[in-house]
Amino acid sequence: MKSSVITFPGSNCDRDMDVALNKFGFVNKMVWHDDNELPKSDLVVLPGGFSYGDYLRCGSMASKSRIMQSVINFAKSGGLVMGICNGFQILVETGLVPGVLLRNKYLEFICKNVHVKVNDKENPYFKNLDKNIFEFHIAHNEGNYFCTKDQLKEINDNNQVAIYYCNEKGQLDDQHNPNGSLKNIAGIFNKEKNVLGMMPHPERMIDQSLSGEDGSIFFDNLINNLK
Amino acid sequence: MLVNEKVAIEHGLKADEYKKICDLLKRVPNLTELGIFSAMWNEHCSYKSSRLHLKKLPTKGNKVIQGPGENAGVIDIEDNDAIVFKIESHNHPSFIEPYQGAATGVGGIMRDVFTMGARPIANLNSIHFGSPQNKKTKNLLRGVVHGIGGYGNCMGVPTIAGQTSFDSSYNGNILVNAMTLGLVKKDKIFYSKAAGLNKPVIYVGSKTGRDGIHGASMASASFDEKIEEKKPTVQVGDPFTEKLLLEACLELMAGDSIIAIQDMGAAGLTSSSIEMASKGSLGIKINLDKVPCRETKMTPYEIMLSESQERMLIVLENGKEEHAKKIFEKWNLDFAVIGKTTNSKNIELFFNNEQVANIPINTLVENSPMYDRKWKKAKLPKKNKFKNEDFNNLKIKDVLKKILSNYNVCSKEWIWQQYDHTVMGDTIQKPGGDSGVVRVHGTNKAVAASVDSSAVYCWAHPLTGGKQVVAESWRNLISVGAKPIAITNCLNFGSPENEENMGEFVECVQGIAEASKYLNFPIVSGNVSFYNQTKEVGIKPTPAIGGVGLIKNYKKMITMKFKEVNNLVLIVGKTEGHIDQSLFARIILDEKNGPPPEVNLFNEKNNGESILDLIQKDFIKSAHDISLGGLLTAVSKMCIKGNKGIKLNKSKNLMNEIEYFFSEDQGRYIIEINPKDLKEVTKILDKNSVHYEELGIIIDNELIINQKTKVTIDELKSYNSNWLKNYMRS
Repeated sequence: MKSSVITFPGSNCDRDMDVALNKFGFVNKMVWHDDNELPKSDLVVLPGGFSYGDYLRCGSMASKSRIMQSVINFAKSGGLVMGICNGFQILVETGLVPGVLLRNKYLEFICKNVHVKVNDKENPYFKNLDKNIFEFHIAHNEGNYFCTKDQLKEINDNNQVAIYYCNEKGQLDDQHNPNGSLKNIAGIFNKEKNVLGMMPHPERMIDQSLSGEDGSIFFDNLINNLK
Repeated sequence: MLVNEKVAIEHGLKADEYKKICDLLKRVPNLTELGIFSAMWNEHCSYKSSRLHLKKLPTKGNKVIQGPGENAGVIDIEDNDAIVFKIESHNHPSFIEPYQGAATGVGGIMRDVFTMGARPIANLNSIHFGSPQNKKTKNLLRGVVHGIGGYGNCMGVPTIAGQTSFDSSYNGNILVNAMTLGLVKKDKIFYSKAAGLNKPVIYVGSKTGRDGIHGASMASASFDEKIEEKKPTVQVGDPFTEKLLLEACLELMAGDSIIAIQDMGAAGLTSSSIEMASKGSLGIKINLDKVPCRETKMTPYEIMLSESQERMLIVLENGKEEHAKKIFEKWNLDFAVIGKTTNSKNIELFFNNEQVANIPINTLVENSPMYDRKWKKAKLPKKNKFKNEDFNNLKIKDVLKKILSNYNVCSKEWIWQQYDHTVMGDTIQKPGGDSGVVRVHGTNKAVAASVDSSAVYCWAHPLTGGKQVVAESWRNLISVGAKPIAITNCLNFGSPENEENMGEFVECVQGIAEASKYLNFPIVSGNVSFYNQTKEVGIKPTPAIGGVGLIKNYKKMITMKFKEVNNLVLIVGKTEGHIDQSLFARIILDEKNGPPPEVNLFNEKNNGESILDLIQKDFIKSAHDISLGGLLTAVSKMCIKGNKGIKLNKSKNLMNEIEYFFSEDQGRYIIEINPKDLKEVTKILDKNSVHYEELGIIIDNELIINQKTKVTIDELKSYNSNWLKNYMRS
């Protein structure tokens, strides 16, 4: 399986994603933001970081960079595009997934483990997972998901929520909503579910010495789904 | 502007220093030249009050590749890998403008590390604030934490450990010390020594603006009521540009184009150009028209003294300009050939086709002032004689609650949760432990780092305090299973012109030197920050020690959390019951006098090495060193982290329980072992003549001291975890 990770100026989880993808069997290529064409890929990842310093609005400038046109075309033709953290913010800015990401509720950067509940398994990312609740890691300043009422209705009608923040038993409550996200939304799909944006970093949880190993389960399952 | 003594004094120079400048030049300097002298001769850049004493520090060892004198120190961690590291202060700017002050402190220290060719792999910090009741404290703390996070998070370098304290002596002068570790191949280290004539001098990075002019001079003076006016001397950080600069520099460093490289930190273009030329015994010629400027009509004076961030000066091999330019353009950074090396041994500056400065470099460096300041030796305070009656009315549980919730002991999670501590995917011990630990990417090795200071001990007796800080750093590394290799120090003190403050400096350095020599734990880099003082009031002496150690097999790393019910808990090192200067004495008895606990370096070394031996042999399941708050505080933290309780044995010790549980005797560790290993473990400890006692056994849910004292883990957590969050959100 071939994957591509896009490096924008200011990306800083690109290497971590490369390590994770390679570890679970992808043949990964790093792609420079200023390139015109994506290499042939089964999966394109927009990694975390602070693309263009997040100076205008997180992800806004990156969403206009040269490679993004071919990423958007790839997504529109059904290709798998996953945006993690800043990558999610970029996806939101391209309009590939609905909504926006505001500053965290307490206006503080948050780096910690959280639990998330998988909402939908009828998609190439979560299909065949044999559990619903995962311990993932977040590290962001702008992860407070928000959208309009109409958008929310559409999201729910199409079952587009990918994951929710929850407690370890899978219950959704305010106490386990780390950043104030609307309805505890931690990740979201486009309608066709080939594009996934989420705040948690599965690539930081890929061996037992790190924050946990639920990231390994995610990547292992993902590559098997794509085979 | 005409230069005279008055103008020189306004630049922070003393009258006799100005006279010396005129004598050295055999003429009156022009304003640009005076600015350059003031930048090079201030305390921050010239170490004029400290140089004499810093010579006492041991800086050599078989693992030391580069000691003090470069951008950072370098140590060998085997297999052609090396760690570059340094700590630096950004105290004065952080008090004036906490966000930018702290952010640029972090940016500056990272630049020092990647200037040497190393990719930064971990950040640490030591930050100290005034009393929580002081009305400025909360905003300063919030600004500093946001600034450190804002810069480090954007750079994608994990912040893995740190230290925070509150003390009213920092009311008018907070301390912000930032430390960075970088990883480099031993044969790809870059230095700042220029070599060769007519080599192009390259400016890369951000443009030069009017920010930070006289920053280094500001950092070399005490504060008064007019500090707000000094805001323009604080630099403004741009972590995004620094991230680009890091990637661009490392890309250029992969080849063989660079002869010397130096970041523009304190005193900007002035000190970077002069240092590179001075180290190479060369001259340097710079055309200031070529310097990329952010603002119009900048004068030579402003260009030379600007402390705009994210800039580097490079001496390139001839003919490599185009190659280098391409790399910096790819990363959208400014690139300009601004001068060349010469054999004049002078710094010559040109602007609008006119020579605007011409100074022999040796007058700026070798001939810079050095002072043997007067200093007062501190007496060892007399011990307090506590009686049993002093303690009789105290309930252990009440004391424990007060200590665990004290602002200097409580959990600092509110702080470190705002720092990305997991980016780069190699952090295997997060903040909140004895040391932060990161793996050496792609290997079985890991590097542990810790930063410590004990201002109260240093204030009570500087010599003992200096030793203690080094010993504590050593213990924090040992506790995670790392072999201590070397340290970096950030020496924060009041005014060197005050005999008592100067005495504190001299004797702390003496103590640091003794301990570091005995423990074979050399100092490879550091920084001195004097004048942490508002009017006549100086801070408590606060040398911060950043220690680095190596774990050869990261799977052998130890954490402090209790692991398994029924395991045995031992205390290693002798408890003597030293209460003076303990947190207990200060907050429960309100007793501020007395000597700090004695530091016995033989025991430190012996106990530490024995613990490492036990870790190597896989006997130790968890470990924690005993420091502030004493034995029971340390045990409580192990309970909290591991979500397990402990049943403590009835002490065979004759001393009062309070003294036993809350004294702060040095050289002690708590370790958890499997009961089946007890015989083997005690055999090793006995053989090494290490004192130990069996402290208790791990149980579920409760800390039990005797029938009278039972504390649940939830209670311990509630004591320890809420203070800071509540304070910041109130």
